[in-house]
Amino acid sequence: MGEAESEFEPLILAFCCNWCSYAGADLAGTARISYPPNIRIIRVMCSGMVHPALVMDALSKGIDGVLIAGCHPGDCHYTDGNLKTERRFEAMKVMMEDMGIETERLRLEWVSSGEGEKFARVVREMTEQLKKVGPNPFKPR
Amino acid sequence: MPKTGQRVRKRAAKPRRRAEKKPAKVLAPLRPIPKPVVWKEGEAPRIGVFICHCGVNIGGVVNVPAVVEYAKTLPNVAYAEDNIYTCSEAGLASIKEAMKKHNLNRVIVASCTPRTHEPLFRSACQEAGLNKYLFEMANIREQCSWVHSHEPERATEKAKDIVRMAVARATWLQPQEEPEIDIKDSSLVIGAGIAGITAALSLADQGFKVYLVEKEPELGGNLRRLHKLYPTMQDASEILNPALEAVKAHKNIQLLTSTTITDVKGYVGNFQVSASKNDEKIGFEVGTIIVACGALNYRPPEGLYQYGVYDRIVTQLEMDQLLNKGAVENPERVVMIQCVGSRKGEIRAYELEAFTVSDTSRLLRKILKARKEEGWPYCSRICCMNAIKNAILIKEKSPKTDVIILYSDLRVYKEYEDLYSKARDLEVKFIKFIEEAGPEITQTPDKRLLVSVYDMLAGHEVKLTSDWVVLSTPLIPHKDSIILARTLKIPLSPDGFLMEAHLKLRPVDTQMDGIFLAGAATGPKDVPESIVSAKAAASRAAILMANKKMRTEAITAVVNPDLCRGCGRCEEVCEFKAIELVEVAPKVVNARVNEISCKGCGTCSVTCPTGAITMKHFGEKQVNAMVEAALAGS
Repeated sequence: MGEAESEFEPLILAFCCNWCSYAGADLAGTARISYPPNIRIIRVMCSGMVHPALVMDALSKGIDGVLIAGCHPGDCHYTDGNLKTERRFEAMKVMMEDMGIETERLRLEWVSSGEGEKFARVVREMTEQLKKVGPNPFKPR
Repeated sequence: MPKTGQRVRKRAAKPRRRAEKKPAKVLAPLRPIPKPVVWKEGEAPRIGVFICHCGVNIGGVVNVPAVVEYAKTLPNVAYAEDNIYTCSEAGLASIKEAMKKHNLNRVIVASCTPRTHEPLFRSACQEAGLNKYLFEMANIREQCSWVHSHEPERATEKAKDIVRMAVARATWLQPQEEPEIDIKDSSLVIGAGIAGITAALSLADQGFKVYLVEKEPELGGNLRRLHKLYPTMQDASEILNPALEAVKAHKNIQLLTSTTITDVKGYVGNFQVSASKNDEKIGFEVGTIIVACGALNYRPPEGLYQYGVYDRIVTQLEMDQLLNKGAVENPERVVMIQCVGSRKGEIRAYELEAFTVSDTSRLLRKILKARKEEGWPYCSRICCMNAIKNAILIKEKSPKTDVIILYSDLRVYKEYEDLYSKARDLEVKFIKFIEEAGPEITQTPDKRLLVSVYDMLAGHEVKLTSDWVVLSTPLIPHKDSIILARTLKIPLSPDGFLMEAHLKLRPVDTQMDGIFLAGAATGPKDVPESIVSAKAAASRAAILMANKKMRTEAITAVVNPDLCRGCGRCEEVCEFKAIELVEVAPKVVNARVNEISCKGCGTCSVTCPTGAITMKHFGEKQVNAMVEAALAGS
């Protein structure tokens, strides 16, 4: 590894909804828009399916960042699952503050199936930001 | 494009109508699912991992043999191999062979996106006797090799992680059954405008029982109020009257006028409809629903362009009726104003008739607020042709009348361009104004109307003394249609119209199975467009009913009765009316999921305070396993 060892590579978990954001991530691939390989995508049916406890659990186990990506408001396949996520997102940030985890580690984004470029940009931005924030203090050593 | 899809479906509906008047036969029976033989209850998972090179698409970046070797070391993996193209005949045969040879009960293909190839691999598994929900895909092309081609080593590491996560998830997968439901061969058509009538006739001719519900005492909708239709200048009654007679005489159509829908329960194939006819309650059951509730011609608020203040300022619809009565006697000049109610800067000063629907939906509230503030900013599609049609009618009757159309944008699409040319030939004048600075109207001392407008192309203001001013107002959604949308759980577009499942791919479907949209309910449409969409909707509904049965998605919510305390939060958040509280024992209330209505969004599972609701196929165990597996790599 040598020099690379000195640079911290964050591990980001992304919950992408099946209908918009997962397809957006696919489009980034089809269009060959590159982004850092720090992200691991979990497909869910709707961003409204992502339980805050699941996110908190992942963060408390040492995931450096979590991205929740859903359809744009009004485009949700299930009418307004994404709007429910938006409200839960605020609650999750409060929980993170209570736990002593930097709120920058959690991000909510609306990515449509046509926004491959946006998905790549979000991953790039998040990777850069988490490199600055540093490793998750909960990461087992 | 959306109309292309509709036209194809319309054509599909047509030959049946001509060919037969007897009950519809089964069009295409559901393919039987082979009986699963491999899966045994409680058997330890034996996972097969098939890693695809996809030619050089994956293999050119990711070190596939290394990933295969890695997969073999993962828990519960019984077999792993690589294929040049797993989706080829040879690849699929190889999966089936390995399943038999190694007694596999879970299959993972690490290749492209499940959005395109999952159905293919699932059916291959099914053919080999494996329940299709025991198949899992690991996306190492779109989400790995294609985006990390400049970092092959890290891409290989990521591919290993993705495969590990898929293996973790597959370990917890369970076989799922897709419920099969019966479809009743009767249909409810809401709204008896030209779209509703067309849809009802199309279905009734194919042998289905149709309930045609209209809230007004008379049939015909907007078409009944119209006089001449563009571009043929045909009388509206020529189209409407034969259709009305056919509807009234048809033995398969039950007409319910002065009737409103009060509630719809149930799901695709089995809807229980409650309606009220002159305060008398009626109920019936149908298999499909076609919503053809149409749109309303917007009546400007008093004072907008002096409408209702001075005489002889009318809307295009009113002008059409006046022309019919012969009430417009050789005027010297007629000025028409386009996009009234649709442009920036003109609405805010007036109190628009606000919708007052008591509702908790944030999105709906947003739509209503925006309409109140901005008016109807979409293009209403029909007004340009409508104005030109009335201009031509006036010109043909009294060629000396000076007809001027004031516009900010003219949209005369497809063959209607000829109509515009005809108007030009008849010396109808067109003046373009700036959207932000529309025309102003005052009254002259001799009680005529004075329209002053800045002519954008000439670059100066013009003052036009006119006998009539005609306002082109848009088609807007009915108040009732918004209430209906809530009853049926159909989402609304930002403009307030009912929203189709996909504008281009599924233009007459809604997100609710078994409910279809026809006519101007989805947005402004003229008569031919309404008829096309009605036939498309009828054809979609007929396919369902002719099949008599359908299978629904197995990904649904499941309630654990031991944990459920019957608080009803899940019932509140469900957008699909799929959860209801039922009394299972005296004083014990439990949530119950209707598997057929449930779309599997999982909102209820997150809302449940006791964790009693889990999702099939995307449950806590399966998703948690993936999170854990992702962490195991760091």
